[in-house]
Amino acid sequence: MTTLDHDHSDHGPAKGLSRWLFSTNHKDIGTLYLWFSLSMFFLGGLFAMVIRAELFQPGLQLVQPEFFNQMTTMHGLIMVFGAVMPAFVGLANWMIPLMIGAPDMALPRMNNLSFWILPFAFAMLVSTLFMEGGAPDFGWTFYAPLSTTYAPPSVTFFIFAVHIMGASSIMGAINVIATILNMRAPGMTWMKMPLFVWTWLITAFLLIAVMPVLAGVVTMMLMDIHFGTSFFSAAGGGSPLLFQHLFWFFGHPEVYIMILPAFGVVSAIIPAFARKKLFGYHSMVWATASIAVLSFIVWAHHMFTVGIPFAGELFFMASTMLIAVPTGVKVFNWVATMFHGSMTFETPMLFAIAFVVLFTIGGFSGLMLAVAPADFQYHDTYFVVAHFHYVLVPGAVFSIIAATYYWLPKWCGRMYNETLGKTHFWLSFIGVNVTFFPQHFIGLAGMPRRIPDYAVQFADFNMVSSIGAFFFGSSQLLFLFIIIHTIVAGKKAEAKPWEGAEGLEWTVPSPAPHHTFETPPDVK
Amino acid sequence: MSAEQTRQKNRNVVLYGIGTVVFMLLFVFFVLRPMYYLICEWTGITGSQFEASETKNLAIDENRAVKVQFLAMNNATMPWQFQPEQSQLTVKPGEVKQVYFYAKNNTTNDMVAQAVPSLSPFEATNYFIKTECFCFNSQPLAAGESVRMGLVFQIDPDLPAWVKTLSLTYTLFDITDSAGATAASFNRLALHNL
Amino acid sequence: MSARMQKSALAVLATYLCAPNLFAEFRVNMPEGVTRISEEVYSLHMLVFWVCVVIAIIVFGLMFYAIIKHRKSKGAVAKNFHESLKVEILWTAIPALIVFALGYRAFFTLEKMYDYDDSALTVEIVGYQWKWRYSYLMDDAAKEDSAQGTQFPVSFFSNLITPESQINNTEAKGEHYLLEVDEPLVLPVGSKVRFILTSADVIHSWWVPQLSVKKDAIPGIVNEAWTLIEKPGTYRGQCTELCGKGHGFMPVVVQAVSQTEFDQWMLGKQDEARQKASLNVKTWTMGELMETGERAYNTYCAACHQANGEGLPPAFPALKNSAIALGPVEAHLDIVINGSRVNPAMAAFGAQLSAAEIAAIITYERNAWGNNTGDMVTPQDVSNFGSSQ
Repeated sequence: MTTLDHDHSDHGPAKGLSRWLFSTNHKDIGTLYLWFSLSMFFLGGLFAMVIRAELFQPGLQLVQPEFFNQMTTMHGLIMVFGAVMPAFVGLANWMIPLMIGAPDMALPRMNNLSFWILPFAFAMLVSTLFMEGGAPDFGWTFYAPLSTTYAPPSVTFFIFAVHIMGASSIMGAINVIATILNMRAPGMTWMKMPLFVWTWLITAFLLIAVMPVLAGVVTMMLMDIHFGTSFFSAAGGGSPLLFQHLFWFFGHPEVYIMILPAFGVVSAIIPAFARKKLFGYHSMVWATASIAVLSFIVWAHHMFTVGIPFAGELFFMASTMLIAVPTGVKVFNWVATMFHGSMTFETPMLFAIAFVVLFTIGGFSGLMLAVAPADFQYHDTYFVVAHFHYVLVPGAVFSIIAATYYWLPKWCGRMYNETLGKTHFWLSFIGVNVTFFPQHFIGLAGMPRRIPDYAVQFADFNMVSSIGAFFFGSSQLLFLFIIIHTIVAGKKAEAKPWEGAEGLEWTVPSPAPHHTFETPPDVK
Repeated sequence: MSAEQTRQKNRNVVLYGIGTVVFMLLFVFFVLRPMYYLICEWTGITGSQFEASETKNLAIDENRAVKVQFLAMNNATMPWQFQPEQSQLTVKPGEVKQVYFYAKNNTTNDMVAQAVPSLSPFEATNYFIKTECFCFNSQPLAAGESVRMGLVFQIDPDLPAWVKTLSLTYTLFDITDSAGATAASFNRLALHNL
Repeated sequence: MSARMQKSALAVLATYLCAPNLFAEFRVNMPEGVTRISEEVYSLHMLVFWVCVVIAIIVFGLMFYAIIKHRKSKGAVAKNFHESLKVEILWTAIPALIVFALGYRAFFTLEKMYDYDDSALTVEIVGYQWKWRYSYLMDDAAKEDSAQGTQFPVSFFSNLITPESQINNTEAKGEHYLLEVDEPLVLPVGSKVRFILTSADVIHSWWVPQLSVKKDAIPGIVNEAWTLIEKPGTYRGQCTELCGKGHGFMPVVVQAVSQTEFDQWMLGKQDEARQKASLNVKTWTMGELMETGERAYNTYCAACHQANGEGLPPAFPALKNSAIALGPVEAHLDIVINGSRVNPAMAAFGAQLSAAEIAAIITYERNAWGNNTGDMVTPQDVSNFGSSQ
């Protein structure tokens, strides 16, 4: 199918646009993924700003409810499939070959394809905003029949966009697996692989297992909408509940797809700045694997209120709570790594520490949500919104930002400005908490999610949350500035700019040359 | 490891990867989905029972009375008049009872409807034996036509003791556009395919 | 940000600065509620919360201790330990035990919630885009005889009554903004009430925090829930499953009253139903129809077709100057009574509203907003339309 090309090792990248369009180089494709993800992060963020602006005060001020629903839907889809997932694929592309001493990804041409279909998918998705009847307005979870019988005509484009995103993710995952299985340098044994490689390997398996489930679900929708079947319509003998079971069978592993690589990033950064080896490497690997396995048997905890029988509620409550154990092990390991280290607090470390604290807070609210009787009160309120934003924003997104600061010197050969980086951290840290912490309160007080307008008793904390969101949103512009500033005017970086960093990626010069590890390195 | 060997191994990963993807796709359609219906049928969850059972010769439990409530409702786009002739009945387990629902098509169009049953509490589903039910088939009605639709049922005396009231709700859906063909049969077929 | 928003943001800030004790009145936690179950859920919630707080203090305490003490700038030198089977087993086992204990505690609450013992009253709750319908099922033996045909069952829609002007900020918001309905669900205190829930279109979810009842209403599937309210009062909640553009505008209001008051209310409701039926046969004047029509239009139609009749095309077409409202009466009757054959958003209202309401709505639509057709549609016309086919 695809082959390795070794014959152009003597020349650099092609010039101009064709370098990017036809690139099969893992570094170039990684860069493309990362820029794409950043632009989607800003687009999805823009939609979030619209949402928070409307919720700044009770009453309808800026947008109508139907447009508000389009915003929540697009925000969710773009952040999940456009920002977080491609960012991790970009990191994988850049770092996995460097970390395992491989010259490139195993399947470079498929790599090119898997990136270049993404812009088309998102162009199609975003274009629905300008279609008659508007963009998808049924939430990123698109429950039938709201997303089938009652959907706007643009739903068909949404379905195709999801298909393309799924194909892209699957190709990316196959590539990661092939690279890790077959391309490791001699001596790079399983238990010597950096944790980022491990977490990505497990993530890639999750991806190939569940992206087809998502593809199957949207195909069933497509058939219901256009070919008269009734997979999800009660009228023809189908069931709207079937949709939810299938969706969450994909959806829960999907949640871990977005967080496992983050664990890997943090497990690289904390030891580097604590100048101490990662505590409990083996248990980290096992914890990651068990989280991945458990993720297949907890899906119905998203559905506690749909009328699950007693035994079912018990089972899904128990299995969900069980996930707290391996997750806890990870957090304890990170803390133990810091303990009796020799710590410094450069920007990547600050983001990694914030990750540990804030992701754990998200984990705590996750444990609370797992308790089925209490979930009847939390379900579909802002408490849930607060929960998953705590695990996704200061969780996944912070880890991506941390990774960017950590590896940016390797990518572009220049150091970012530490003062700016720290400023960016503190602005983000304050912003994220001001935005999402009050959402716990309004959720517990009874505000449902996905509503464009709310009762007056929720007004104060919504305003606080909106102010936090504007603050957080605008401080990300600083991130963009820092990246560009680094590329254009950053100080030259050494091959290993971090004193305590370990791993093969630091043995190559900064910036990493176009081709690395043409001859496999020696791994001790 | 030679380049050729690596290439071969990568090819294998792609093949296994594609194999897994195809397997998972088939798994969704032909395992997960039937499994959902199998579990529903086995436990009674959703309380929907579309298949006729044989009348059983059951001993009548004279000491027990189960209240059965009949509810009829229309899906929002369904314009027919639809109601039970009797809203409630007290039944002794084992007895064979017959009740009727009335439906009238007040529109100027010939239409086809499908009634979807749901029994609550669902734990009773497998003890509520329907030998005849208008929900087993779709119901066509010409413009202005009306019909009395029958339901013959009995309650299995093994019904858990805590169940004292049963609510049987029928939701009437308009399936004129997809009637007779794909929609209903597609799924029914799959239901039987378990 | 509009000037108005800025002004009120300043006003809010000013209020807090002048009266910091206002913070005390913020609702930041789950309500304890008014049922045994809700109290138990609350205590379970607090238990898990405090367990999390204790774990957080220990873990983050250790972490911040390390961050403060073991920093390079203080001359800390990294120790060389990176594994300890004992410690790792310990911190796998302890969380496992905590989780097990919490699960064990939750088991009993869950068991109580699933105790579907016999109840005195059954209420059917049906979700519609974007309102709830409540029907009381005749449930005692005495009523069974008269239940034959049940001419006057108590069944009604519960619609949001917050005026557009408050939503669009042209008028000050009331105390129960978005949480007020024309007809609340009235329930007796002290007796177990059984709910059966379903939906007529998309999935909705019925939630009253004070009762700790949240259950999805799913088309074609009936769900069951119950409550036993201990304290009279008015309890407010909302739909919690995204159900389209009106999702934020379909509140749930439960009014819990004593059994005697409830029985009286029930008799009154049955009388009302009888009267309502008589409205279908009385002779109406144009003025009465227009007046009733405007009210009913704003309750049932304005969410989509808008109060000014201009709709929100293309999903929700305009009625002002439209072919339907200005064309033949029969077609107009047909679409209101039987719904649209192509657009599922237009429900068949013949199954939802009385003949009088439909007549009034159609009369209003044909004469409002400059649609001056002069047509007057009577309840008899509506009934005849139904049976003449």
